[in-house]
Amino acid sequence: MNHWIIVPIILPAFAAAFLVTALSHDLARQRLVSTVSTLLLLATAVWLFILASDGTTRVYLLGNWPAPFGVVMVLDRLSALMLLVTAVLALAVVVYACGGWDAKGRHFHTLFQFQLMGIGGAFLTGDAFNLFVFFEVMLIASYGLMLHGGGAYRLRAGFQYVAVNLVGSTLFLFAVGLIYATTGTLNMADIAVKARAVAEGDVALLRTGVLLLLLVFALKSALVPLHWWLPTAYGAAPAPVAALFAIMTKVGAYCIIRMHGMVFGAEAGAVANAAQPWLLPAALLTLVVGALGVLATRRLLDLVAFSVVWSMGSLLIAISLFDAGGMAAALYYAVHSTVAAAGLFLVADMIVRHRRHWEDRLTTAPPVPHATLLSGLFFLAAIVMAGLPPFSGFIGKLLVLDAVREASSAVWAWGLILATSLAVIIGYSRAGSVLFWKAEVRAEEALTADGTGLPLTSILAAAGMIGAAGLLTVGAGPATDVFAATARQIMDIDGYVGAVLGPDARLALGR
Amino acid sequence: MEFLIASGIAVLTATGIYLALLRQTFPVIIGLAFLTYAVNLFLFAMGRLTVDRPPIIATGSPGYADPLPQALVLTAIVISFGMTALIVVLALRGFLETGSDAGNAERGEDGIPGVPDRSHR
Repeated sequence: MNHWIIVPIILPAFAAAFLVTALSHDLARQRLVSTVSTLLLLATAVWLFILASDGTTRVYLLGNWPAPFGVVMVLDRLSALMLLVTAVLALAVVVYACGGWDAKGRHFHTLFQFQLMGIGGAFLTGDAFNLFVFFEVMLIASYGLMLHGGGAYRLRAGFQYVAVNLVGSTLFLFAVGLIYATTGTLNMADIAVKARAVAEGDVALLRTGVLLLLLVFALKSALVPLHWWLPTAYGAAPAPVAALFAIMTKVGAYCIIRMHGMVFGAEAGAVANAAQPWLLPAALLTLVVGALGVLATRRLLDLVAFSVVWSMGSLLIAISLFDAGGMAAALYYAVHSTVAAAGLFLVADMIVRHRRHWEDRLTTAPPVPHATLLSGLFFLAAIVMAGLPPFSGFIGKLLVLDAVREASSAVWAWGLILATSLAVIIGYSRAGSVLFWKAEVRAEEALTADGTGLPLTSILAAAGMIGAAGLLTVGAGPATDVFAATARQIMDIDGYVGAVLGPDARLALGR
Repeated sequence: MEFLIASGIAVLTATGIYLALLRQTFPVIIGLAFLTYAVNLFLFAMGRLTVDRPPIIATGSPGYADPLPQALVLTAIVISFGMTALIVVLALRGFLETGSDAGNAERGEDGIPGVPDRSHR
């Protein structure tokens, strides 16, 4: 048993506890501890990624209880990849937050570390109820982070966000209850085994549970028609938090891959691929609604939020194929859209903070200070997000288009992905030209670069995210190889079951 | 007993959903509380309804009550209790800062009085 597997959960937990007990009044040391902890998390994630890249599924038995009786943590290529993305994103977020956002409230870094713990746990756990618990850890921290800094508008938006997610949690419990009632287990690998032989009378119940679970993950991943909370929540959240939330939609997508692609995937007997007929139409709608939002909105932050919704459309189209090619494309797109969205939120914040009462409204205002640098960053980030060549968005979109080529839905997917891409490009070009080119100088209103200006760390964090997208572009060859291997491992549910439950379970399946 | 439990859960869920869809924050919170009651009962029922059975496999007993859903319910109660406390505080802060109990977060466009704007930025 490899004890490194539990580190991505324990490390942020201890860091958070230390921050809240020992350093709650010392911002400078909070920053130091939080940054060091995030760096260590990144190092651990890299090490786990290297460890998982040999293709073995490693299992960590909590309390050494044998599966399926205890809670297990499972490290495979997929969870290692998601952990690595989380750690890279977290580093950019913590560096950016140290530029001033963390001083607007008391416990930013504590909540941030708890959030990392919840995300890491959600990626690692191999137990359906434990997944619920880590979802809650993640959400409780995200409530605090979203409200960080306060203000009436943020409180209102926060109330909605909390209420929506509480309903989501309730649905999660209903779904897990139904799955437990019909399969008699909560261990994901064991559910996969038991679902194949579920009693005839229980099939309808199990199917209900599986689809309720899809509803929960669709809510998290902002799939239309469950996307409406996202623009309000992300627009109201502090910028580094909105950037961190870029991974939260991917947690939803990851759970759809894990539960509906693997556990209830092609070999799940009566409920095999139960999610497929619902996922594809919803993903296509997500593209349309996201792109319409991008065109319709008159605020920069809403524009970015709607383009996040839009990007989830392409991602979930690829997932809805439920084959190795689709999964590989989905993983590339997931990594790309995480860094793209995070980069855009950070750049947008740097622009917005100089526009005083114009805030993020897309109306004519005096020229923004540091316009050359900011417009350059915005230009690059927008290209990455909208998917223009040469950056990762373009490659990701190509991979998705290529994956759906053979599918019966290819016409719809191609048509909508390409048409909505054009809409998003128009939306971003319009936003960029209003923000930077239509600026008019009126002497009494000139915006000046004030003392709080642009800390170098903020620029570095935003540029780092764009740089990560660049890296994903330059290294697209090796990256797609890794994602293809990951996708093959995702499709090999027998290998997963064998690793978690031991070779005997494999024999019980008759293989 | 099945009928009683099932209709009980149904009434709680229906009440919860109705209240959660209202516009004010207070009914929404009550609705969410109803929903969590419903799901707790539901989780209990998922371990099958048994009366007067020990929660372990014992030799003298004809059957056993599934202990796992009870552990799940305990976790669910703790989490939903914490969440309800949080959302109450949130609604209260919202009420104190804006003087209204409306649950909607309207974007402050210029010149609309009484609607909170993003002036905190």
